[in-house]
Amino acid sequence: MNKSLNLPYLAVAAIAGAIFGAGLYISGMVNPLKVLRFLDFTAIPSGGWDPSLAFVMLTAVIVMFIAVRIGKRRGAPMFDTAFNEPEFNKIDTPLVAGAALFGVGWGMSGICPGPAISLIAFWPQDLLIYLLALFVGSYGGSIIIPSGREKRLALAR
Amino acid sequence: MDSFTPVPAAIGGALIGLSAAILWLGNGRIAGISGIFGQLLPPARTVVWRLVFLVFLVGGTFVAAYLFPTLTVHPATLVEAPKWFSAGTPVWIIISGLLTGFGTKIGNGCTSGHGVCGLARLSTRSFVAVGVFFVVAIITVTLTGIV
Repeated sequence: MNKSLNLPYLAVAAIAGAIFGAGLYISGMVNPLKVLRFLDFTAIPSGGWDPSLAFVMLTAVIVMFIAVRIGKRRGAPMFDTAFNEPEFNKIDTPLVAGAALFGVGWGMSGICPGPAISLIAFWPQDLLIYLLALFVGSYGGSIIIPSGREKRLALAR
Repeated sequence: MDSFTPVPAAIGGALIGLSAAILWLGNGRIAGISGIFGQLLPPARTVVWRLVFLVFLVGGTFVAAYLFPTLTVHPATLVEAPKWFSAGTPVWIIISGLLTGFGTKIGNGCTSGHGVCGLARLSTRSFVAVGVFFVVAIITVTLTGIV
């Protein structure tokens, strides 16, 4: 049977998803305005800057960093034969251009993909058109940039 | 800095890290939401776990909001487009979504995949991506005057 349809595999996905969603709410990052208040560095002199997002990133990275170290020692995840670690490691134009375009999109609305899904819980006005646009943009990207390691490596040469 | 909430931010961040840790040590998968969302599209091989993750992500938000109703704003609207943008907020939101979808697809990740997981894995690509998207987002907020 396909491993990805095993109950433990799907249970892990469910538990991880639920904790992720709770984390986005508790951290306040589900609120796009709070994210924008972090990105608004012009508010630093007046004292109106909200550095909360930096604290979210810091603790999240620390916990995951420990998990990565544990994973290296174990050698494989519990419910699969190997870690799906990205092997493509070149700094290429799609990476930088993609990050820059995402930066513009993120700065325009304060929404990144995690909170976009999390916001479904509150279903704010205009979220549906954002999600559709996110879907269309992602599909457009998949047409232009081929997926798969070999294709990426060939493109980078 | 009356809106600064370091304790919930640190706890929420630790939960996001814990989620990424569980998905990594359990299934060997990176908790990158743009990737999980983007690969719901064809040619998608393993759609089921991605759908389960995303549905439970919404559920986790909902339950946390039910348990701690006053902790965070429950957004009823998205942030309005700046006044100089005459085409209106829906158009602004569509452009934001298109750029985020396209950019995270060709750049292979967003705040969670590159930001949380990539930095924790000490990936050079992720350090570059995070530096670029944070700086560009800060510039965008400054130039558009959206806040």
